[in-house]
Order: sequence, then structure tokens, then C-alpha cells
Amino acid sequence: MEFESGNSQLLSKIATSDQHGENSPYFDGWKAYDNDPFHPTQNPRGVIQMGLAENQLSLDLIEEWIKKNPRASICNGEGLHAFKNIVLFQDYHGLPQFRNGVAKFMAKARGGRVSFDPDRIVMAGGATGANEMLMFCLADPGDGFLVPSPYYPAFNRDLRWRTGVQLLPVMCQSSNNFQITKQALEEAYQNAQKANIKVKGVILANPSNPLGTTLDRTTLRSLVTFINDKQIHLVCDEIYAATVFGGPSFISISEIIEEMESINRDLIHIVYSLSKDMGLPGLRVGIMYSYNNTVVNCGRKMSSFGLVSSQTQHLLASMLSDQEFTDKFVLENCTRLANRHEMFTQGLEEMGIRCLKSNAGLFCWMDLRHLLKEPTFESEMSLWRVIISDVKLNVSPGSSFHCCEPGWFRVCFANMDDETVKVALGRIRMFVGQRKDVEVQVKKSWHRNLRLSFSSLIYDETMASSPRIMSPHSPLVRATT
Amino acid sequence: MELLSKIATNDGHGENSAFFDGWKAYDSDPYHPTNNPNGVIQMGLAENQLSFDLVQEWVKKNPKASICTSDGSNGFKDIAIFQDYHGLPEFRNAVARFMEKVRGNRVRFDPARIVMSGGATGAQETLAFCLADPGDALLVPAPYYPGNDRDLTWRTGIQLLPVICHSSNDFKITRQALETAYKKAQDSNIKVKGLLLNNPSNPLGTVLDRDTLTESLKFTNDKKIHLICDEIYSATVFARPNFISIAEILQENADCDRDLIHIVYSLSKDLGFPGFRVGIIYSYNDSVVNCARKMSSFGLVSTQTQHLIASMLSDDVFVDRFLSESAKRLGQRHKILSRGLSQVGIGSLKSNAGLYCWMDLRRLLKGPTFESEIELWRMIINDVKINVSPGASFHCSEPGWFRVCFANMDDETVMVALNRIHKFVIQTKGSSSDGINRKQYGRSKLEISLSFRRLDEIMMAPHKMSPHSPMSSPLVRART
Repeated sequence: MEFESGNSQLLSKIATSDQHGENSPYFDGWKAYDNDPFHPTQNPRGVIQMGLAENQLSLDLIEEWIKKNPRASICNGEGLHAFKNIVLFQDYHGLPQFRNGVAKFMAKARGGRVSFDPDRIVMAGGATGANEMLMFCLADPGDGFLVPSPYYPAFNRDLRWRTGVQLLPVMCQSSNNFQITKQALEEAYQNAQKANIKVKGVILANPSNPLGTTLDRTTLRSLVTFINDKQIHLVCDEIYAATVFGGPSFISISEIIEEMESINRDLIHIVYSLSKDMGLPGLRVGIMYSYNNTVVNCGRKMSSFGLVSSQTQHLLASMLSDQEFTDKFVLENCTRLANRHEMFTQGLEEMGIRCLKSNAGLFCWMDLRHLLKEPTFESEMSLWRVIISDVKLNVSPGSSFHCCEPGWFRVCFANMDDETVKVALGRIRMFVGQRKDVEVQVKKSWHRNLRLSFSSLIYDETMASSPRIMSPHSPLVRATT
Repeated sequence: MELLSKIATNDGHGENSAFFDGWKAYDSDPYHPTNNPNGVIQMGLAENQLSFDLVQEWVKKNPKASICTSDGSNGFKDIAIFQDYHGLPEFRNAVARFMEKVRGNRVRFDPARIVMSGGATGAQETLAFCLADPGDALLVPAPYYPGNDRDLTWRTGIQLLPVICHSSNDFKITRQALETAYKKAQDSNIKVKGLLLNNPSNPLGTVLDRDTLTESLKFTNDKKIHLICDEIYSATVFARPNFISIAEILQENADCDRDLIHIVYSLSKDLGFPGFRVGIIYSYNDSVVNCARKMSSFGLVSTQTQHLIASMLSDDVFVDRFLSESAKRLGQRHKILSRGLSQVGIGSLKSNAGLYCWMDLRRLLKGPTFESEIELWRMIINDVKINVSPGASFHCSEPGWFRVCFANMDDETVMVALNRIHKFVIQTKGSSSDGINRKQYGRSKLEISLSFRRLDEIMMAPHKMSPHSPMSSPLVRART
């Protein structure tokens, strides 16, 4: 639906801007999946969803726990006596047992090397809400935050849309495996200064989405020194903390600040969630953890806009305080992720496709530069459309992550079963084989198969008006991708 | 350079207000029938606790509604990974249906227009973000719910401009008052983007009549500004006149611009589920639905809760029974309190909805000033030991009115509260003929200061909450 000029004055600037990020051609991939979703028996030639960073590998462990722990539900005979108190509980501090449980789980994901103070745990509407909340607390409209690229696409919406904050990318290069260098940070900072943009801090995800790597000690220390020198904030989105399945170990910012002296802790903030580590995105458990008391207090007041349902707090309080369960879960989850990662990257390597060496996350950062016609983003898009329409895999092109080099693609592997992974690998194998006669084939199939347009499509209209053809998992509409 | 944002360091959250002394008094000394019979009774909290037994009974009988019970847990995975911001279809359908029932099936709601938010708190903020730019204003009839200030203005940068209502006509909203407020804004070069109505009203407990609603609709339509109706108390109407929703007025006025009409709803009051954070935006404007839906990512309803609510609200038998029984109990409780008050000559605004009475204590004021109102209020807290909410906190233009909540306690506690009020009024009458003897009530046991205390520090201290208030002060509540 097009906005009429009268209508656009009727609504706010925020409502009529594109900052929500959904008017992007990248959603063609989602649409292709929604229109033709893979199913092993009902639609074996459909599009396989590999653009969705979801952890579906260990939900059975959670289901098993729930079956054994009826008290965790306020709907169950045993838990029912808590029903009234829970349903009335809207205190923005959150249930103490919930905060304790989350603090313990966060410590566990860091190997017990640090502990977290439950009083600093602030709820938010998913990590989506937590990230936005921090921007509201730390920056005024027009202020900037440095963000190493490639980065999670929805940062554009979460951090900027309603806050008016700007994101200033810090370019990372494949030549050093996309590591964040002090030079790149300084350069981005200086550029901002020149443009008269007040830089309020640095925000990054560690482990990284889309890279799947963890920051090493040197980089982390360098980062802390950088922000401390300039007295600007450091926001670490550690949402993938417990998806670290191989060496090197995860090092959290919380560990680094214990090791360094004279650091102003008022500058340090962590974002967390249970959406990736535990695979529970529907429960909307976002956490802001700040070492700055004023930010904790302010964030807590803001959390009224996105508290975690007390029913869910109650469930998780129970689950996360079962140390035996969480120990087992964290370990088993990592093992399964490691196996899946190995299976997938091994399969790719056999066809000459390399991925960035990674030890975390729910995805691989796939190097398809050798398959590009030219080292340009146009070629990247071209290749991407072929992957969607011919290989019938929805993967995410590097440009959607603001990668400065074309040819990289993020491919998710934890949201499907083993068989589907094999099917996906099989298709890629066939594609790579065929790709040897590249030029002519590509042009033909692109024109033939899909009338994908470059113009921005507004999907809400389609979604709202037609009966739901969407798969329930269409990430177009997901809080995070 | 300032370390934090302006938003983080201003008072827009509304909590640095002297009014929170009342909450503090309750937190420090909460009433308990046996453990602390002389404690402060909480009557500042608009919560509906009268019909839980019905809900609990339903939950017991419907194990499938929980994804955690053995009956329901096979649905666990699908529910736990579902994060589609459209919400579970069955959830939207059930909410739409519930909203229809509450309006006596006189209107239909389209489930595709149901948008989730983080409670009504989140719904209000989201609408403000969609409809207005920083500096723009919404008109709000006063007295109004104090949380509006935070919800609508804190992070959005918009302003609220009161539309003054007077006791002389029972605080009704007049066209003249609307026009006056609008013109005042124009004269100050402030762009008015809409009018926010709360119907039924908090704190008045009254419903808007057809004329007022129609007039408000005409006013906003003429000026091409938005009309937001917060109908969060719609199912708390316990007596005539019937509740009339803006949805019905819209049906009766087909020629008005529907793109200007939006409804805010929640399950926090009607069902008594504030902890579940079920906020709803229902807009007749497609662009607003689409925009708000994208924004709902910042405050979606937990799918675990969506699933439970979907199940519960699609049980027609349960819903019908709940709605009628809840209204009955609210009516009975209201009668007990308002009669009890009138027995000692305390009148309250004639009301037929909500979880509170709008109590008229003007004749107990030393003088018709807000200072007197605060003074009286402190006496009520310290000596009568009841936490009520002074009219000034609702931006009432006349001193002497107090909101007193009645649905968050059992029958016995209501009687204790009434007894205390009776004693207080009698003692007051019995003291100096000029009115209240200041010396007698001047020094409070609790030495509440007028200075603004940093309540945050208090919150950070280890909790000393009463076992009966799982939540401490509504200072920290999403909604009061």
C-alpha cells in the first residue's frame, strides 16, 4: 500500500520512514521461502530455509525437563497455587527467582569464570527491546554508535528507528578474518568527528552474528582501552554466548573488566536473551545487564514497555535454577552445535566452498567470492538470486550485513534436522558442479525462473490481506533473524 | 560530554514525585490481617482481584492451555520458536472475540487489526510513536491516569495537554473544553495530533455517554486529528449506563475518517492479568496497523501466554460466565465501599465502572488548595493508614478529590478500611470546630519529607516486601 501524501502528514516521521528495514529487496528470499517452503515429503523441492538463525537442536531437552517439572507451570495442578500471585505480579524488578536464575545461567555460559549480580538484571522485550532500551539510555537523537561490520541487519531497526541514533560502521576485512582493529575503530571515530557526529559508544555482538567467531582477549582489551580513553560506552550483545561449541573459549566483557585496571565500569553494558542459547525466541526474554547504576535504574523503568510475562518468568525461574539441568543443557547443546557445524562445513569443503573458521553461533560465514562473476555487490545479488531460485536455499547475502566485501553469505544450520542438511548439501553440490559452465547458464535461469523485482515490496499488505500463506516461521515477521 | 542521554537523566519517568510517599508508607508497613493489623492498607492500586477463582477453576479443567502440562507439551516446540509479530492466529481471534463480547456483540473486530504490545503501557507509547513527532501534542481530558505522562511522552518527546473537566458537571468532557484546549495549543504554536480518551475513565469510574463520544469524534474529525480510546476498563462496567465503545460510535457515523481512530486495550484490568503483559492496539488505519506491528517487536506477548489466553478466551461458556460474574462482584464491592463512605458523609462521584471510587473530600480540606489536599493526604496515610491517590496526581484541576481502589482486597479488609475511615471522620468532626486540628495530626510517625527522595536507592535495597504484595510499590508497577 502506498502512503498518500495526506496520510504521511497524518502519521509521524518515524511511521513513514523506512527505518524499520523491511522495504529491502533482501526479503525476496523470505518471500521465496514463504511461497514454496521445503518439506521432506510434501514439498521436497521447496526452498530450504537457511536464513534463520534459530537453535532448534536442543528443544527436546527442554521439553523433557518440562514434563518432569510440572511445578514450573502455573497452569498445572502443582503450580496452580502460585497462579494468582504470578498473574498479578507486574513489578518491573521481575521475580527474584527469575533474576537469580538468569544470573546463574549467564555465569554458567561463561564457565563460571564470572558471576552476575541479579540486581543488575533488567528485563526487556527480547534482545530487540534491550538493544533499543540501551540506546534510549545512552544516546540522544543524532548521536552515533560505532558498530563493527559485518553486523546483524536488524541493528538498523532496533538501534535507530525510534531512537534517532545513527550507526557508524567500523569496517572489518577478510584479509585478517574480519577482526576488529584499533585502526579501524580510530578511523571510524575520526570520520564521525569530522562529520560532527557525537559518538556515544561502540556496540557489537560477541560471539559475532554473522561471523560466528568470538573476540580474542587482545581485541577485547583493545576495545575496552579504546572506549575508556574516549569515555564512551561499550555495549556487548552476548546473545550467542552459550552457542560457543569449539575453541577458543568464549571470553565475555564481564571477564575482561575484572582483569583490567582503572576502567570506568559505568561505560560497560551487556545485552542478553534466551532466544538463541536456549532456542526460545517466542518467550521474549530480553535482558539488559549494566555496570552503571543509573542505567540499571533508568532501564528498569523503561522495561515497563516490554516486561517478560510473569508466566514465563515463573517457568524460567524454575528451569534455570535447576543446576543439574542447565549443566547438562549447556554441554549437550554445544556438542550438538559442534556436530552440526562440522557436518555442514565439512560437506561444503568437499565441494571447494570454504567458510570463515568459526567456533560459535548458529550459522557459517560462507566464502563464495570465487563464484562471483565480478567482485561487485551486483554480482553478489545476482548469485544470491540464483541460489534462491535455482539451488532453492534461502541464505543471507553479505551486503545485508553491511559487509564491505562482496561474495560472503551467511548460512544457518541449526534450524533443521540432519536429513534436511544433507538435502541442502546435495543441492549445493549439484549447483557447484553445474556452475563450471557459469556465464550462460546463470543468465538463462535467472530470467526464466523468477520475476523478482528490484523495487521495494511492501509485504505487510500481502500478509495482512491475504489468508496466511506464510509459513509460521517466516522471518520477515520475526523479531530477530 | 554527558555520559547518558537526556531521556535517561530527565524526570520523564514520573517517579520522582512526592506522591510516591504513599507507596513508600505502604511498603514500609503493609497491612496484614494477623501479622500486621495496624499496617497501611493499599487502596492506591487499581487491580482486579475479585474473580481469580473462576480463572483458576478454568485453568485446572483445561490442561491443554499450558504448553507445560503433559497435555499441552507436545505443542511446546512450535510455541517456543514462534516469534511472528502477527501473533498466534488463535490468539488474535480469541482477543477479537473477547472484545466483541465485552461490547455485547454490538460490533465486530477484525483479528487482522489486532497488534500486540508490552501491556497497555507499550500500546500507548507505540501509538504515540506512530502518530506524533517530538514536540507534537495529544489532548487528554483531566483528571487522567498518571502513567499517561510516562507512557506517551517520556521516550517519544511528545507533550500532553490537559482538557480541563469540572466537578460542576460531574467532570464531563464538553466540546467547549476541547476547543479551548485546542486553541490554547494553537496559540502556543503547538501542533495537536490527537485526543486521548480513557473510557471507562480512570480515575472517575464513569463511562462516556453517546453524546460525548459523538461530539469527540466530530471534534477530531473536523480538525483531522487522531482519536485514541483507551478502553482498558471496558469489562469492569458493573451497572448502567451501558458501556459504549468508540467502535460502536464509528458504526453510527459512517462518514467520519476511520484512519483517525485507534483503540488501546489490555487484559490487565478486565481479567486481572497485569503480569501477563497483554497489550493490544486496534487501529482502523492500515498504515498504523502495519507500523505498530513492526514496532511490536519491541514488546511482543510471550507465546506461552498467547497460547494460554487463546485457549481461555475462545471458551465461550467460560467467558460469558466470567464477564457476568466479574461485573456482579465489582458492583457489589463498589456498593459496599460507596455506601460505607456515604454513611460518614463522604460522597463519591456516581460511577458504574472501574476498580475504584472518585472520593469527594473537599469538605475535609482546610482550604480549597492543593497544599491542603497534600496535607490531608499525608494524614490519611499516616493516621488513617490507608494509601489512596490524591487528585493532583491525576492532574485534577480542583483540589479535594481522591481515588480509592476497592478491587484488590478481600471483604474483611474493605471493612477494616471503612472502619478506619469512619473513625477518622468522626474524630475530625469531634475536634476543633474550624475543621481539622492541625496540632493533633501535624507530626507524623513516619516523618515523610517533602523533598524528592531518590526512590531508586530504596528500590536497590534488599526487598522488605510484605508476603501479600508480591509486587512492592506500584512505583515499580507497569500500571497503577
